[in-house]
Amino acid sequence: MTNKKHFRAGLMALAFGLVLGVLLNAVVVDPSWAQAAPAAAAPAAAAPAAPEPKLDTGDTAWMLTSTALVLLMTIPGLALFYGGMVRKKNVLSTLMQCFAITCLVTILWMVIGYSFAFTDGGPYLGDMSRALLNGIGKDTLAALAPTIPESVFAMFQLTFAIITPALIVGAFAERMKFSAMLWFMGLWSLLVYSPIAHWVWGGGFLGGLGVLDFAGGTVVHINAGVAGLVCALVLGKRRGYGTEPMAPHNLVASVIGASLLWVGWFGFNAGSAVSAGGAAGMAMAVTQIATAAAAMTWMFTEWALRGKPSILGIISGAVAGLVAITPASGFVDPIGALIIGIAAGLACYWGAMSLKRACGYDDSLDAFGIHAVGGIAGALLTGVFAVEAIGGTGKSGLIDGNPGQVLTQLYGILATVAWDAIVSFILLKVIDAVIGLRVTDEVERDGLDLHLHGETVP
Amino acid sequence: MKLIMAIIKPFKLEEVRDALTAIGVQGATVSEVKGFGRQKGQTEIYRGAEYTTTFLPKVKIEVVVPEDIADQAVEAIQKTASTGNIGDGKIFVLDVGSATRIRTGETGESAL
Repeated sequence: MTNKKHFRAGLMALAFGLVLGVLLNAVVVDPSWAQAAPAAAAPAAAAPAAPEPKLDTGDTAWMLTSTALVLLMTIPGLALFYGGMVRKKNVLSTLMQCFAITCLVTILWMVIGYSFAFTDGGPYLGDMSRALLNGIGKDTLAALAPTIPESVFAMFQLTFAIITPALIVGAFAERMKFSAMLWFMGLWSLLVYSPIAHWVWGGGFLGGLGVLDFAGGTVVHINAGVAGLVCALVLGKRRGYGTEPMAPHNLVASVIGASLLWVGWFGFNAGSAVSAGGAAGMAMAVTQIATAAAAMTWMFTEWALRGKPSILGIISGAVAGLVAITPASGFVDPIGALIIGIAAGLACYWGAMSLKRACGYDDSLDAFGIHAVGGIAGALLTGVFAVEAIGGTGKSGLIDGNPGQVLTQLYGILATVAWDAIVSFILLKVIDAVIGLRVTDEVERDGLDLHLHGETVP
Repeated sequence: MKLIMAIIKPFKLEEVRDALTAIGVQGATVSEVKGFGRQKGQTEIYRGAEYTTTFLPKVKIEVVVPEDIADQAVEAIQKTASTGNIGDGKIFVLDVGSATRIRTGETGESAL
């Protein structure tokens, strides 16, 4: 047993070392991989006759801040939000998963994830030119955001790559093996997150088609939510689901976590302007409005239908609003944001309350019910409420005379869902066959904290 | 000596304590307990999942008093802890074999 464990750990270390070695070798030896990407590879918004790109200290300062804010969303924000909602015997495992994902994805992003996502490559995947962040120096400006250093751009995008897999934790909380979780998240980050980020933001085919996703409704939230649903389905329900009480053990932690998510989301959405100006300001305003609207909507809906306005309800509604405004935050005006917020509150209330019950899967903390449902609602409504006055030329939706945008958005959703679901399913099945996905009944009964991590919260 | 064990609603604790000190009781032991009786449990709802709490939080007071004030003490607790609703709790009285004050070794009623 112990030998087997050591063997596995050794194998993991070996695999990691191998990958690193191969990449290092490739970067150092193969000149075609070693060349730096051209500095200004024409982002969609940049005018062709733009002057030589120049670093802007205001933009850079805001992006440094945004990067810290988005990291704050995962640790401790999401970790506390989720940690408070599980039973006490699993709180440390939930925090541990979020923290470990933060570290794992950071290394993978540096090794190859960033390069896969944000280099030219082709319509489906970037190339290896930024492997190990090769070619990024102190004075390198980001090709996709030429007023800030590429180091800042890469770290800002990293924080998105971190929170996306961390969101999936909510779907399989309280029953997945830690080792299987690490394998899944590492592979998922490289095979699902990086490609889809490339499709939408890195010069890939969805961005080229005009899919509007300002800060990650598709890339982050639909992506995480759908992977979460696949996890919930493949892993199966928790022992005692539906018969034993599984009430959140500490809603105070969840409220702190949700509040940190809200604050951090200003970095997420306003930071996605990749500049410190009017676009960031408007993104911040619509984020605040949609979040408040969704939280109030959930609260009043629950009050009307269930008799009491609950704290878990209002914070769930807030997260629903944050999710839904994410793709729209650079394209809609405050009235659009208000409507998106209300719609998100209703849709996610339905997702977490009715849809889950009707379908019978155990999405422990509603990663699908809130992130996928809210993400899909937000992505579609972006196609409705986008106006050129906010997003700029060509960024218009149904109400601005471009009904086709709704279909474009739908196409982006379907492409993401299809790739995400298929690859996630295959990854889970392979990992299940090799090391197993679920903890044993005994571990699940006593809690993951005690058996997997050797620690408990009194 | 009698041991009075009273199970009461938690928010009545301070009132009961005041009533007991008023009749000369010098000490008591209090614990937070859970139990069930005729009062039904409460329902908690988390994102639509309902959980019925079958054990409700109560406070248990244990106080040992001389024979002569036992009835008075029971009456004091009964009066102050009563709200008139189900779930107000119960009072039990038991005989006590001996009492010893640990600090001085005094025994019997002088140890109370």
